[in-house]
Amino acid sequence: MIEFEYAAPTDLDEAIGLFAQAGDRATLLAGGTDIIVQLREGLRRADLVIDVKKIPELSQFEYAPETGLRLGASVPCWQIYENESIAAAYPALADAVRIIGGWQIQSRASVGGNLCNASPAADSIPALIALGAVAHLAGPGGRRAVPVAEFCTGPGKNVLQSGELLVALTLPPAHAGSGSAYQRFIPRNEMDIAVVGAGSWVQLDESRQRIAAARIALAAVGPTPRQAVQAAEFLCGKEPTEENLHEAGELAKQVATPISDMRGPAEYRTHLVGVLTRRTLAAAVERAGTFQP
Amino acid sequence: MSTEVPSRSTPDASDLSPSSAAETKKYKVIGTRPIRHDGADKVTGKARYTSDVLLPNMAYGALVRSPYAHARIVSIDTSEAEAMPGVLATMTSADLPDPWDKVENLGEGCINYAHLSGNVLARGKALYKGHAVAAVCATNAHLAEEAAAKIKVEYEPLPAVTWVLDAMKEDAPLLHDNLVTQALGEESARPSNIGAHIHFEQGDLEAGWAAADVIVEREFKTSSIHQGYIEPHVSIAMWNEDGRLKIWTGTQGSFVVRQQMAELLKIPVSQVLVIPCEIGGGFGGKIAVYEQPVAAVLSRKCGRPVKIAMRRDEVFEATGPTPGSYMRVKLGATKDGKLTAGEAWLAYDAGAFPGGVIGPGCMCVFSCYDIPNAVVDGYDVVANKPKVQAYRAPGSTHAAFACESVIDELALELKIDPLDFRLKNAVQEGSRRVDGPVYPRIGLIETLEAVRDSQHWNSPLEGPNRGRGIACGFWFNAGLQSSVTAAVNPDGTVSMSEGSTDIGGTRASIAMQLAETLGIAATDVQPQVVDTDSIGYTDVTGGSRVTFATGLAAYQAGLDIQKQMVRRAAELWECDVDQVTVEDGVYRYGDAALSFKELAVKLNNAGDPIVGRASVSPQVSTNAFGAHIVDVEVDPETGKVTILRYTAVQDAGKAIHPSYVEGQMQGGAAQGIGWALNEEYFYDDEGVMRNASFLDYRIPTAFDLPMIETIIVEVPNPDHPYGVRGVGEVPIVPPPAALAIAIHRATGCRMHELPMSPPHVWRAMQDR
Repeated sequence: MIEFEYAAPTDLDEAIGLFAQAGDRATLLAGGTDIIVQLREGLRRADLVIDVKKIPELSQFEYAPETGLRLGASVPCWQIYENESIAAAYPALADAVRIIGGWQIQSRASVGGNLCNASPAADSIPALIALGAVAHLAGPGGRRAVPVAEFCTGPGKNVLQSGELLVALTLPPAHAGSGSAYQRFIPRNEMDIAVVGAGSWVQLDESRQRIAAARIALAAVGPTPRQAVQAAEFLCGKEPTEENLHEAGELAKQVATPISDMRGPAEYRTHLVGVLTRRTLAAAVERAGTFQP
Repeated sequence: MSTEVPSRSTPDASDLSPSSAAETKKYKVIGTRPIRHDGADKVTGKARYTSDVLLPNMAYGALVRSPYAHARIVSIDTSEAEAMPGVLATMTSADLPDPWDKVENLGEGCINYAHLSGNVLARGKALYKGHAVAAVCATNAHLAEEAAAKIKVEYEPLPAVTWVLDAMKEDAPLLHDNLVTQALGEESARPSNIGAHIHFEQGDLEAGWAAADVIVEREFKTSSIHQGYIEPHVSIAMWNEDGRLKIWTGTQGSFVVRQQMAELLKIPVSQVLVIPCEIGGGFGGKIAVYEQPVAAVLSRKCGRPVKIAMRRDEVFEATGPTPGSYMRVKLGATKDGKLTAGEAWLAYDAGAFPGGVIGPGCMCVFSCYDIPNAVVDGYDVVANKPKVQAYRAPGSTHAAFACESVIDELALELKIDPLDFRLKNAVQEGSRRVDGPVYPRIGLIETLEAVRDSQHWNSPLEGPNRGRGIACGFWFNAGLQSSVTAAVNPDGTVSMSEGSTDIGGTRASIAMQLAETLGIAATDVQPQVVDTDSIGYTDVTGGSRVTFATGLAAYQAGLDIQKQMVRRAAELWECDVDQVTVEDGVYRYGDAALSFKELAVKLNNAGDPIVGRASVSPQVSTNAFGAHIVDVEVDPETGKVTILRYTAVQDAGKAIHPSYVEGQMQGGAAQGIGWALNEEYFYDDEGVMRNASFLDYRIPTAFDLPMIETIIVEVPNPDHPYGVRGVGEVPIVPPPAALAIAIHRATGCRMHELPMSPPHVWRAMQDR
């Protein structure tokens, strides 16, 4: 690692100005749990590191049952699972941030940073996609909103343009009878990266007997997180029986195009998609049965 | 046969009672659990590791490493790096003296200095990804790293081979043009990747097969594994203008570092001082030198002390590991469960240079069983991987995985309880091992009986997808050379100096033996691990030898002190020396009696100070045996193995400090479990390790292990005054086999390959 300039602007426009001016030579720092490692290991070089934690809008953290969650891009993970009502409304997100690193990492790392890092194996992204999250961006050209499902474009790549940064994530309100879950498979029980991750969200109907709507998203099965649309559509109007959840898992496998690497062979990863989709759907349904905003 | 009742430790931390044998032998110190002498420094962060050592004007070195698994080095251009501000010196293998073929035993295996020098910095060819090729030092570590990136090395990539059987093929790419196979005193005509062929036999193998009613033969594969010590290699060298070279390093053997530095740099040993710092784990991997000679040459060039600290990826790619292996084991037995014949064919890779751990692998493969007719063939094979180093019972874990798995299968075929089958065939005093030695008094049978009588073995294991396995393991344990000096202080305490670096609580176990000998409290001995100028020659901390051999030196140094104290007491009491008696640290003459302490105070300022000394070189093995019990549950959908309960049983001879014996048993079991379930060097087709970090090289965390229960069996070693056997290595041996057997019981699948990681277990379940 060589020397670099460090800036910690307190104003969003100032940050955008700095970032736009420096272009590729700059990198943004929120929690730093990815960036610092990448800089130190020579995987990324930067002449300017812009710390965004002092920008008020990026630290915004607001939740109301009627309007949903607004999560500033630099809010650290622990704040989500420590907040009981947020963890109850968005359990898939709470599941994900509880297993990103140990608690030291969770005290620094932000969900926004996890998204911008755009790792195919990121734990929070399938949870965000399943929960219907939207990313709010700001840059030299103004502001725009992008569904998280469309945010990642490749390993480490995303839709952010030069000088553009992630300001916040918004999650729609969680209604009664909704539930979600995120699980990953890892060979150990901690300190590991997903071999496969799956996030599922379901909305039960008034009777709580049938699935009215569902979303399923997968990690580590392709260059970007993947949404299993067909599997989710299959569940609509159906009872959450073991057979139906199993079938959804089988359908989800169809969107998986994993690679074989040191984290697992492709064939095994595809198999795990079925297992984790079924398991997260079952957990989401169980949570949906009792959730009241 | 005097069998001690085993003492049993449980997860209940309140169980701090001394082992029962201590009561029967009436020891006062041995068998108790005093606080370790270095404990406060360790838990308050004050202990000094090499990284903590900062010298004035210190420079920092960095290494340039080969990106290829096998490549000819065409040219090295250091000019751009040297031109950078802050850069002080660069070096390549041309700056090391020409090496010569000289083989020396460093305690846990032999070393050829030509190979060692070529491993420190590549000569002509890079033989593995990560092989050091050049080095640079600068005024700070970041600059050094940047400068290393500016050293231009031109390579001509060559075909690489990493799997042992591929390396043995006729048409395999050759690593060394001049390597020929040594076999039974003969050399092969053609160069080869096979450095040696070892052959052992006893009895009449054909007759053994003929006498067998059931024969089972299976093949096994294991991946390369790293020792996984938490502290990366770090050293500082300061080569003074007067020619004296000082080295600060974390090592398992300060004297063998001194020896290696003298040989590699062609300077007298007297010109080298090695100052051992605290060590954050070694497990066999911190005996050979890597960065020390580089730091030394850079220091000589730039006139400053030079520190080199490896990164974790360098540790994985260029140090350790233990070999990948291919093994075939065949065993035959009669209907009533007596083994009649055994045959083993073992091929271990040695990494980039010959001289791996196939020797002990061959000696250990049948070491737990009395097999009258047996043949063992072993092959030492070079491959494009880092040079293999010792790792806790080097070579034995592989062999036990193969042998114990076949033993289990044979027992099931014979419809004999696998524990009974082991008891029926277990080695005992007088049994001859296939490589020749006849065992003295050993404790395998007592260990297996302790398994049979244990609460764990007798507890029910219910529920689907669950299974229980047991397996045995053996390690020789070494003697070798050790020195101890001890000075009596005016307040009656004793300052003890020793040369064995403390990697597992040996300050305490050595000090306790001196305290027992003198009849004083463990806290009244202050042990110090001192540098190579301050104590007599002491071999490595390895081979599970320190508590045995350095402990023996401490015992003899205690007797030396006692003899001097008796003489001085006789002067004090104006009597003959033989009229003074000593018992439990109390010196008596007639009605007069003085404790060690009282006598020491009285002797202060009168006559010569009392200093005891001893050096020893016991040429014996202390022969440790262990047996482990494990209960697992396997997720039928993912193949992931959860360990429900684990018990390690082991003959320690005599547990000096039972907590540290238990700690060794637990630590060894934990490492064996990691080896069994997840650890592996994951190579791509180009011979590049894809998982050179603790993120993807998965050693078990605290979340992956249950409390490992321990049962210490004590069958005293006849070659030691307190009965000590080595304990540190044997506990890594049984876990892979025990887990494979437990997984078989849980799933019906036989696992013949390590690691038994979730995808492998899942695959096996799909194929069943």
